[in-house]
Amino acid sequence: MRNVFTLYRKELKSYFASWVGYAIIAFFAVVFGYFFYVATAIFVNQSFQSQMMGRGFPMDMHEWVIRPLMMNVSVIGLFVIPMITMRLFAEEKRSGTIELLLTSPVRDVEIVLGKWLAATTFYAGVLAVSALNLIFLFIYGNPDWKPILVAYLGLLLQGACLLAFGAFISSLTRNQIIAAGGTFAVCLLLWVFEWVTAYETSSWARVISYLSVLTHFEPFAKGVLDSKDVIYYLSTIFLGLFLTVRSLESLRWRA
Amino acid sequence: MIKVEGLTKRYGRIVAVDDISFEVQKGQIVGFLGPNGAGKTTTMRVLTCFLPPTSGRARVAGFDVFEQPLEVKRRIGYLPESPPLYPEMEVTEYLSFVGRLKGIPKRDLKRRVEEVCDRCAIGEYRDKLISKLSRGYRQRVGLAQAIIHNPDVLILDEPTAGLDPKQIIETRELIKNLAGEHTIILSTHILSEVEQTCQHVIIINKGKLAAPPDSVENLTRRLRGAESVAVEIEPRDGVPDAASAQRRLEQVAGVSRVLPRDGRDGRLLFEVESLQGRQVRAELARAVVEAGWNLTELRPVALSLEKIFLELTASEQAGGAR
Repeated sequence: MRNVFTLYRKELKSYFASWVGYAIIAFFAVVFGYFFYVATAIFVNQSFQSQMMGRGFPMDMHEWVIRPLMMNVSVIGLFVIPMITMRLFAEEKRSGTIELLLTSPVRDVEIVLGKWLAATTFYAGVLAVSALNLIFLFIYGNPDWKPILVAYLGLLLQGACLLAFGAFISSLTRNQIIAAGGTFAVCLLLWVFEWVTAYETSSWARVISYLSVLTHFEPFAKGVLDSKDVIYYLSTIFLGLFLTVRSLESLRWRA
Repeated sequence: MIKVEGLTKRYGRIVAVDDISFEVQKGQIVGFLGPNGAGKTTTMRVLTCFLPPTSGRARVAGFDVFEQPLEVKRRIGYLPESPPLYPEMEVTEYLSFVGRLKGIPKRDLKRRVEEVCDRCAIGEYRDKLISKLSRGYRQRVGLAQAIIHNPDVLILDEPTAGLDPKQIIETRELIKNLAGEHTIILSTHILSEVEQTCQHVIIINKGKLAAPPDSVENLTRRLRGAESVAVEIEPRDGVPDAASAQRRLEQVAGVSRVLPRDGRDGRLLFEVESLQGRQVRAELARAVVEAGWNLTELRPVALSLEKIFLELTASEQAGGAR
């Protein structure tokens, strides 16, 4: 456990050792801010109209602002995640520091866990920055905070799962660009799997759609916490980490 | 301390290390000598549990590298060919990270970092970013990293590669100072390095042991057989000529062979080989002086490891051809 923490600390720190970490946060903050602005602007506009048309009850802020916003953010996540994971193993392999890690009295699992936890923490930090925007909703409106929390939990779980796959892909190469590209391709695939249900309703289409990370995020965005989706994320996280550990082990055999 | 038995490592079809066996006792400095691509790094990587052997066994401090890698890793300090540094870290930060990774208890960590900084003379650079350090200092940080957990065994892969002459000397001194408390294996393709720093030498070529592991002196003595002396004579008015000088030297008791060499500025240069166990330098000097010639130089020619090495690897090849 101590080893996990040692690696975790080193890895988390390295995000802020160069401009990459700050750039990711800045990129995310700008894009989130834009979507937030658009969502609230539409909401304000619509509620004016609905008041003028004489509807007595206010519009649901979660339905109109939080949910579309969260769906957008989960897609932005697909772009941000490759940037977070590309370095994890590829850089260690390129610079040869992987030799230090693999010849230290540390288990492969501990290396993988330390790195993945650091990446997940960093992603959580990125999400936390976005939450600053939501403060305005609480200042000027009265949204329910519980579904927002659920939505953020969903974003974190979805991120953690994609980060695990990103770590795996990064462990396959020594080139960060390839790692980022590969991770992006996988993220994209896990996203577009959801689309098949749009024109196909057969059982195989449902299976493919079930594999998509977005399918499982939708309930979270609505503020619904369903054990089926949590289990999906937890099991994909496990799969991703398992593959990474195996890949790290195989490094010794392939070298 | 280290015991390797029938170690073989294949990369696909390529055999990098072929059935190597050797033993290293506690406290020895052993030079692992061989041309580039001989299999030095591969052997070291097996010993550090970075690579598993294809067949054969390797034990460090009684633990098998394949079955108990964690125990082995705890007892080994390893400096790979390029020091495994994180350029974005400061020196002390890096060393504490490695220290924690190697399992140094928290209360000892700071003290150990200070100690290795002093030991490797990087004290004044402790707050510098590693990316700002020169090649020589990076190497020292690499060495500091390898000894931070006070390992029983130190494995250094080409520790002086890429350093300037002054740094090479300093690094060698450092390694010599580490001997005694640590068992050290260092690899190199520079022969004089082995002569200067190591007590024992393991010569490896094309993945095989070129000679049984032996002490450096033994190896030199065994291969040299007898003393070899360079004699330089300055002729006056063409006296003596090369032939008569050679004849005179051949008559000295204990001389087995006289080989003419190219002398400079008209001087005559001979390489005189003596019979096994005979010291002929005094007799040679007397013979030259008694003949009334000018003796300008008389020096023993040490058969360098360089020659030994070439001889060993050449005979290996000749043996293969036969």
